[in-house]
Amino acid sequence: MSHLLNLIEALGAHVNRLLARLGLFARFSWSVLSVIGICIARFTLLVREIYFSGVRSLAIITVSGLFVGMVLAVQGYEVLQRFGSAESLGSLVALSLVRELGPVVAALLFAGRASSAVTAEIGLMRATEQLAAMDMMAINPLARIIAPRFMAAVVSMPILAVIFSSAGVIGAYLIGVQLIGIDDGAFWSQMQASVDFRIDVLNGLFKSLIFGIAVGLISVFEGYHAAPTAEGVSSATTRTVVTSSLSVLMLDFVLTVWMFRGLN
Amino acid sequence: MNRSKFDLAVGLFVALGMIGVAFMALRVGNLASFDSGAGYRLEARFDNIGGLKVRAPVKSAGVVVGRIEGIHLDRESYEAVVEMRIYPQYRFTNDTIASILTSGLLGEQYLSLEVGGDPSYLTDGQRIPKTQSAMVLEKLIGQFLYNKASESAGSSK
Repeated sequence: MSHLLNLIEALGAHVNRLLARLGLFARFSWSVLSVIGICIARFTLLVREIYFSGVRSLAIITVSGLFVGMVLAVQGYEVLQRFGSAESLGSLVALSLVRELGPVVAALLFAGRASSAVTAEIGLMRATEQLAAMDMMAINPLARIIAPRFMAAVVSMPILAVIFSSAGVIGAYLIGVQLIGIDDGAFWSQMQASVDFRIDVLNGLFKSLIFGIAVGLISVFEGYHAAPTAEGVSSATTRTVVTSSLSVLMLDFVLTVWMFRGLN
Repeated sequence: MNRSKFDLAVGLFVALGMIGVAFMALRVGNLASFDSGAGYRLEARFDNIGGLKVRAPVKSAGVVVGRIEGIHLDRESYEAVVEMRIYPQYRFTNDTIASILTSGLLGEQYLSLEVGGDPSYLTDGQRIPKTQSAMVLEKLIGQFLYNKASESAGSSK
């Protein structure tokens, strides 16, 4: 009997911890969002963070996009040519990239490449008490350290997603048209007939903006609240990647259902 | 690395993003050919529109001359009302026939306009009087079976 009670107690403690962390996250997010104005006013800080988060992720995003597009072209062609509609390859690749793969895979790569680094950096600042020292010097670490890193993710993510999608379309073009030999004109015209700028491209950009906000907030939150030990920083980095990836995938489902509910 | 180098790299990064959006808009998407503001509106009524959808192309002789803007059911006559926007450079005669066709065996459905010989042209908001509904495969098969059955019934007498 007492064994069962212990079990229920453990469950309750777990749920309470989860709720407390969620509340902490909400309050932290609010305080980050309220200093964004200061962050934008100090533009050079933001530019520096965009360089480290966004520009340095360019290589991995471009190469991954190219390969994802090439794989889509090979696999898509395999299925489509059975139905004698290999020309639809363009629209298949472009729609899947622009609507889903571009924003989602770019966000997952960004979480692994840049957000983990941001968490580790902030976590180490916390561990070596640099954040506390700043507070002592009357510099708000939220405005000076946290907000620029968050904004860098928000700004970089849509750009990276667009670059990922473009690289993917080019990769599909290289494989589909240059290698397999689908007609050039049919490839592009089928693509243009099915991809709508407002419904597909702008919705994809909006998605990646939401992902940027989510991933950015999670990475700075985990770093800021990391336990000030080596182990704490490492587990915070792990949590950033896991939580960001999961929330990107879940948000993607919710956004997709919401955006494309009225179509077809 | 000094400040101007950061600025240069981020500037290039943002410019690359803009090029990507332009590529999406012009090469991948159909922003260049689809500007919903321009052109004039026409309306056509059908008994059955099959699988025609909003944003489907309106074609004449195979050339895209407009897009479907709205589809709804008339509440009195129970006809499907299809609203379309035609690009301003094209004009169609009063006796134009609108029919719903399919591009290829499995392709999407589109609205086809065939021009007649009438000297006057349709203007904004007017209705295309002559229409031909979409072919529904089940009805065609049903009709075919019915004809076959009545044929064999006639021959057995």
